[in-house]
Amino acid sequence: MKHLLAVDDLGRDGIVEVLQLADSFVEVAQRANPKVPALRGRTVATLFFEDSTRTRVSFETAAKRLSADVLSFAAGSSSVKKGESLRDTVETIEAMGIDAVIVRHSSSGAPFQVANWVTNSSVINAGDGWHEHPTQALLDLYTVRQVVGDESMECFDGLQVAIVGDIRHSRVARSQVAAYSALGAEVTLVAPATLLPPSLEGWPIAGTSHDFDDVLAKAAVVSLLRVQAERGSAGFVPSLREYTAGYGLTQRRAALLRPEAIVLHPGPMVRGVEIASEVADLASAHMTRQVSNGVAIRMAVLFLLLGQGSIAGIRGGRAHEDHPVMDHEDLGHVQVDHEDMGHERVVHEDMGHEPEGQKNAEPSDMHYEEIDG
Amino acid sequence: MAEPTFVITGGTVIDATGDRRADVLVYDGFIREVAAGLDVPLGATVLDADGCVVAPGLVDLHTHLREPGREEAETVETGTRAAALGGYTAVVAMPNTEPPLDTAAAVRQVLELGRSASAEVAVAGAITVGRSGERLAPMAELADLGVRLFTDDGAGVQSAGLMRKAFEYARGIGVTLAQHCEDGSLACDGAMHEGAWSSRLGLPGTPAAAEEVMVARDITLSRLSGAPVHFLHLSTAASIDLVRRAKADGLAVTAEAAPHHFTLTDAETAGYDPVFKVNPPLRPQSDVDAVRAGLADGTIDAIATDHAPHTPETKDLPFDQAPPGMLGLETALALAITQLELPLARVLALLSWQPAAIAGLAEDHGGPIVAGAVANLCVIDPTETWTVDATALASRSRNTPYAGRTLTGRARHTVLRGTPTVFEYEAQR
Repeated sequence: MKHLLAVDDLGRDGIVEVLQLADSFVEVAQRANPKVPALRGRTVATLFFEDSTRTRVSFETAAKRLSADVLSFAAGSSSVKKGESLRDTVETIEAMGIDAVIVRHSSSGAPFQVANWVTNSSVINAGDGWHEHPTQALLDLYTVRQVVGDESMECFDGLQVAIVGDIRHSRVARSQVAAYSALGAEVTLVAPATLLPPSLEGWPIAGTSHDFDDVLAKAAVVSLLRVQAERGSAGFVPSLREYTAGYGLTQRRAALLRPEAIVLHPGPMVRGVEIASEVADLASAHMTRQVSNGVAIRMAVLFLLLGQGSIAGIRGGRAHEDHPVMDHEDLGHVQVDHEDMGHERVVHEDMGHEPEGQKNAEPSDMHYEEIDG
Repeated sequence: MAEPTFVITGGTVIDATGDRRADVLVYDGFIREVAAGLDVPLGATVLDADGCVVAPGLVDLHTHLREPGREEAETVETGTRAAALGGYTAVVAMPNTEPPLDTAAAVRQVLELGRSASAEVAVAGAITVGRSGERLAPMAELADLGVRLFTDDGAGVQSAGLMRKAFEYARGIGVTLAQHCEDGSLACDGAMHEGAWSSRLGLPGTPAAAEEVMVARDITLSRLSGAPVHFLHLSTAASIDLVRRAKADGLAVTAEAAPHHFTLTDAETAGYDPVFKVNPPLRPQSDVDAVRAGLADGTIDAIATDHAPHTPETKDLPFDQAPPGMLGLETALALAITQLELPLARVLALLSWQPAAIAGLAEDHGGPIVAGAVANLCVIDPTETWTVDATALASRSRNTPYAGRTLTGRARHTVLRGTPTVFEYEAQR
């Protein structure tokens, strides 16, 4: 796979691979020095034509933790303001010798065009218009699996997922539908008719509903979408008050949730609209996870597109005989690039790391066993 | 100075009266003789038409020549050269130029440029001042310059009340209003057809209803005012049904369809390539089939290209920001011959004499090929196979959705007022 433009580029196997890779990177993130040299010498550019500090920082953190060099390009402060076209911008950036370009754009499909214009780089879609935001959906899946505590992917089989809100204008919803359904979940879209896409022909969903109460009773995952007032979604309902009455996760509705139900929100939440302030803590618990999982998922995606090794290479010592390219050193001996990390030291051996309670630095080989476990 | 003498030899003549094997002698701008086995006079040029069809020159009801104002995309010179290569001897220049063709001065400028062009240039005037849909343009003054069609093309006249006045005024001066049917409040900022593909791609869509409600409205207003109406680039099944019924009711309604609407569907948009962005948008197969049926049963009177050049720097934008429009003049004939599965005489009716009548150009274009007629002709090789090379088109722009496609059928020679503008597939001006 050269680019990640839409969830369908991955397919079921690709999604599983990303989630499994992310397991390894979640472990890496828990170390004191959460960095591996997997993409040392590679350069990743973030090209954001629409402000999204959270997504950009998440991708850049992911790239740095893989030891890639990061080139950050924000359209607001660039030649785009001077009239340079998207195409010229992309060609200029690529001429700097990059390996991947991570694109966020307010126009649906812009990353597809970028993918046609680049000659060598991989293109990763970090959100395009109303179309897709693949890494957001992947991190949602990862979070669900983590909360359920399932090592395998079986938890998704037949999982009842409700996606609630402005689906019509949501790139997150399109990616979620593709990702959940690829792993066998049954997705129900819950929205007033005006906030559903004009056609759902070919969508791999179980159905749609205008009765949130009814859906809540059986949902295992409730994924809320922000009412995007700045994108005009408010004009599709008589009032936000009426929207909240029908589709907000109010305190009354929260009481209808199954005890094990997981409430997710891609953030930022609009308290009092799609979620009552008192209920927001249900979602915000997972939001913290989603943010940290986001880095691991993006590391996994970058590694999948740019890395030379395999999942096995990252996950365990056993693999290094089979996959010599990704040997122990890739996870163990980390050369910290002080520009990236902001501290001036070079660590020749991973000095550990660890989840709380483990105080001893361990030889690098030991990590493999740990990670593998 | 007399125009050169030449003989078109060995072809089959097809016009509104039928078909026959005949050579055509052209002298001083007019057809002098039409008969089999004509002698070639001393010094006359031969235009070989062996295996070819000799037809009245094609007439495009819908060409954006972009001059004045957007000469980097197209000029009268380059646009008519493309037209001639496509077999056209006349084009109707749309008024959405900069400034728009809503004044006598602007219309005169385009007509003047057309005098030395590779095809006759007729002008469609704007219905409203600045095409802004607020008050009527000086239609009578423009009609005095020869303008026979009026349209705000690029947009429909949104106000039903103003459109009623326009119809009544047009009837009084004997001109035809042509509507770009698109209700702005339904179309919103649609970048493509609203449906399965737009929903999947996350692009704002224009529903078919945006076209249909204005077709229905204008049929009603045409009936009310007694004025004829011509519908530009119809693209949906329901629009075509409305026209079919209006014609059955005996109303003075005509309609055109564009080649891309009978050859391409909205599935082409899947890769977000803005070359497939056009207005009205590419529609699903069911609408494409309805356009083809409308062309076959006579509901649609003309194939019109909606030739809409855009420079790469304006067209190569994110899909929702790119301007709509695609080139059409050099590919329309081949697409009509091969894609419609209609007899060639029917195809030529749709491309030549029927649009000539709608445009008010029938005196000099599209008429029967007989002695005494103005020599506006094209010689078509219906079996010539060629590959569309966007960089080799005569248009200044490159935005053809058919780049790389191999098509069959091409104008071999085109004759404008007795002078070849295209000879052996090569432009002469």
